[in-house]
Amino acid sequence: MSIAAISQIRLPFLMGNNLNAWSDALAGLTLSWFPLGLVIIAAIPLVFIALYALTYGVYGERKISAFMQDRLGPMEVGKWGILQTLADILKLLQKEDIVPTSADKFLFVVGPGILFVGSFLAFAVLPFSPAFIGANLNVGLFYAIGIVALEVVGILAAGWGSNNKWSLYGAVRSVAQIVSYEIPAAIALLCGAMMAGTLDMQQINVLQSGPYGFAHFYLFQSPIAWLPFLIYFIASLAETNRAPFDIPEAESELVAGYFTEYSGMKFAVIFLAEYGSMFMVSAIISIVFLGGWNSPLPNLGSVALYDWTSGPVWGAFWIISKGFFFIFVQMWLRWTLPRLRVDQLMYLCWKVLTPFAFISFVLTAIWEIYVP
Amino acid sequence: MAEQGSIRVSRKDDNVVVIEKDLATEEMLLSMGPQHPSTHGVLKLECMTDGEVVTSAEPYLGYLHRCFEKHCEVVDYPGIVPYTDRMDYLTGMNNEWAYCIAVEKLLDIEIPRRVEFIRVMVSELNRIASHLVAIGTYGIDLGAFTPFLFCFRDREHILNLLEWASGARMLYNYVWIGGVAFDIPADFNKRVKEFVDYFRPKVVELYKLLTENEIFVKRTKGIGIMPADVAINYAWSGPMLRGSGVKWDLRRNDPYSVYPELDFNVPVPDGKFSDVGDCLSRHLVRALEMEESLNIIEQCISKMPGSEGFNPRSAVPKRVRPKAGEVYARAENPRGELGFYIQSDGKSTKPLRCKARSSCFVNLSAMKDLSKGQLIPDLVAIIGSIDIVLGEVDR
Repeated sequence: MSIAAISQIRLPFLMGNNLNAWSDALAGLTLSWFPLGLVIIAAIPLVFIALYALTYGVYGERKISAFMQDRLGPMEVGKWGILQTLADILKLLQKEDIVPTSADKFLFVVGPGILFVGSFLAFAVLPFSPAFIGANLNVGLFYAIGIVALEVVGILAAGWGSNNKWSLYGAVRSVAQIVSYEIPAAIALLCGAMMAGTLDMQQINVLQSGPYGFAHFYLFQSPIAWLPFLIYFIASLAETNRAPFDIPEAESELVAGYFTEYSGMKFAVIFLAEYGSMFMVSAIISIVFLGGWNSPLPNLGSVALYDWTSGPVWGAFWIISKGFFFIFVQMWLRWTLPRLRVDQLMYLCWKVLTPFAFISFVLTAIWEIYVP
Repeated sequence: MAEQGSIRVSRKDDNVVVIEKDLATEEMLLSMGPQHPSTHGVLKLECMTDGEVVTSAEPYLGYLHRCFEKHCEVVDYPGIVPYTDRMDYLTGMNNEWAYCIAVEKLLDIEIPRRVEFIRVMVSELNRIASHLVAIGTYGIDLGAFTPFLFCFRDREHILNLLEWASGARMLYNYVWIGGVAFDIPADFNKRVKEFVDYFRPKVVELYKLLTENEIFVKRTKGIGIMPADVAINYAWSGPMLRGSGVKWDLRRNDPYSVYPELDFNVPVPDGKFSDVGDCLSRHLVRALEMEESLNIIEQCISKMPGSEGFNPRSAVPKRVRPKAGEVYARAENPRGELGFYIQSDGKSTKPLRCKARSSCFVNLSAMKDLSKGQLIPDLVAIIGSIDIVLGEVDR
């Protein structure tokens, strides 16, 4: 890269509110033949999930559960135990990498990787800011729904490869659960896509921006939108195997489900994938129904709260805050509710959520056609 | 094998689990335990499973066998008391008391009135602590983690109280033959009253958090139903039998100590909130019993004679050597009837034979019947509702 080329690239954070300005600028960054910018684009969400998921997600989960249960949670490592997760990562790194002798070694090793890739690939289409999106696909939402199904392969490989009956139970349950819940989840998201008229994630966000802040969000744009919103939220809990739908792990029934035999870094990778998908579904629900990177604050006359809190950096702040909020709700539910039985889970999916998803789909269509 | 696998399980609510004949495949042997999170210790269940449906489950015991009865034959009478603590380690006071009742019956000694009230109070406190563990771990079995920690938080207060009285948190050696080891500390009754006032709202909180939770009810209602007659035939006792609708409480039906003077109810499910005999009923009985125990403790505080000139060891015999004979005494433990059969040859200070009738062991014997045709998650719910302590099952 010549000096002239560097001078042509302005520093991204100084750029204006042009859509995808940061990511486009980064994508153009090459080191002779090497697409350095693309690597950085891919690395940003990775660093984000790794930092968020393994440090603050786990730490947050432990602290939140502690506050709900009259405990203190981690307090020893660092101030208020803030470095506890780092200590745990160091411990996991030091652990011996055990592959059971009777396991199918290839599947056992490959399983966590596929699982991680499956939850991580969807981050490519998440718009983290008006100026940043990994890959601005025009079928972004469709891609995000579809790529999650890759996790199923990883879970099945991990469960089958472990050669453990509990793992197999966990894997089979998990596959049945994720595949089933994708249907109401996808239909619920389609309601949002129908309101936007596009599957482009960045475009869905742009369409929800306006001076009245939250009033432009799709959740408040139609009287039916709360139904697909709720359906997607419930279905996303099941898709990420979170309580009360954590049946694939179900520590009191299946020991630890499909990752019973995993330890050390492989276990950490599975853990990372879980927290990664938690953030992913939280981001998707806030993008489709709650405006993504748009500020929820409205302009009140001369107090232009919306204008003051909009922009690329504010956008990143808003979408990450919204994501964290939904993660908090997920944790809140996890530490409050017991677990459903596996047949009750399927009942909920096929006999409650799917019909209601269809109803909300039809109602949204009617609303979109007849109400201007 | 294929024919055995074709079974049809129907439930009371609209969830019907049907395994079609053609789909039935080979059964799988699933070893649940001894290292499994929800077998409450070292119980092993060998389950034949057809998919998620358990066609039969056989409990295997003995992983925690410590030769209690053989030990009794080589230790003198007072020396057995600490061993009884270790049977059902969650209810040490009640175990000691049941054993002491048996020996006192054999010796025919009169117990001071204050001692009786102290014994009632500490064992009712221990009953609450035990039920808190039962309810909390039952929550964990069904995936609710928070009630467990709430229960343990409150149990901690009880353990502190009992530690104050006896010097130990779980294995007390407090109730002695003919008395108690020490008188209760000076402000003990005041602190117990404080605890009772603190705990009453917590029972309601637990009720709202767990018992009335929609998912919890869905997971337990109509699961593992045990009819009253079968329960009696299995010699069930305690909350298990009361859960099946039989109003049987040894504190009322075979009264001992000062229980006849105390006013309390024996809670039996009426079938409105739960189906009589199901897991929810058994859970409910335990939840309601905690409130009754609080009533008993309050009455103990008000009726207990003063400590002037009181020696807790005044009736404790220097040397326990009963006349030749045999005795069976039983007491209502949190998990059911704990009975001790003791045989004395009249010469030795050691029992010739001491047999413990363990409530958990007897309750667990119905496992094979209860588990037939259940799903694995329901099997976990059923084991949890039996509330076994393997220390007492294996002794």
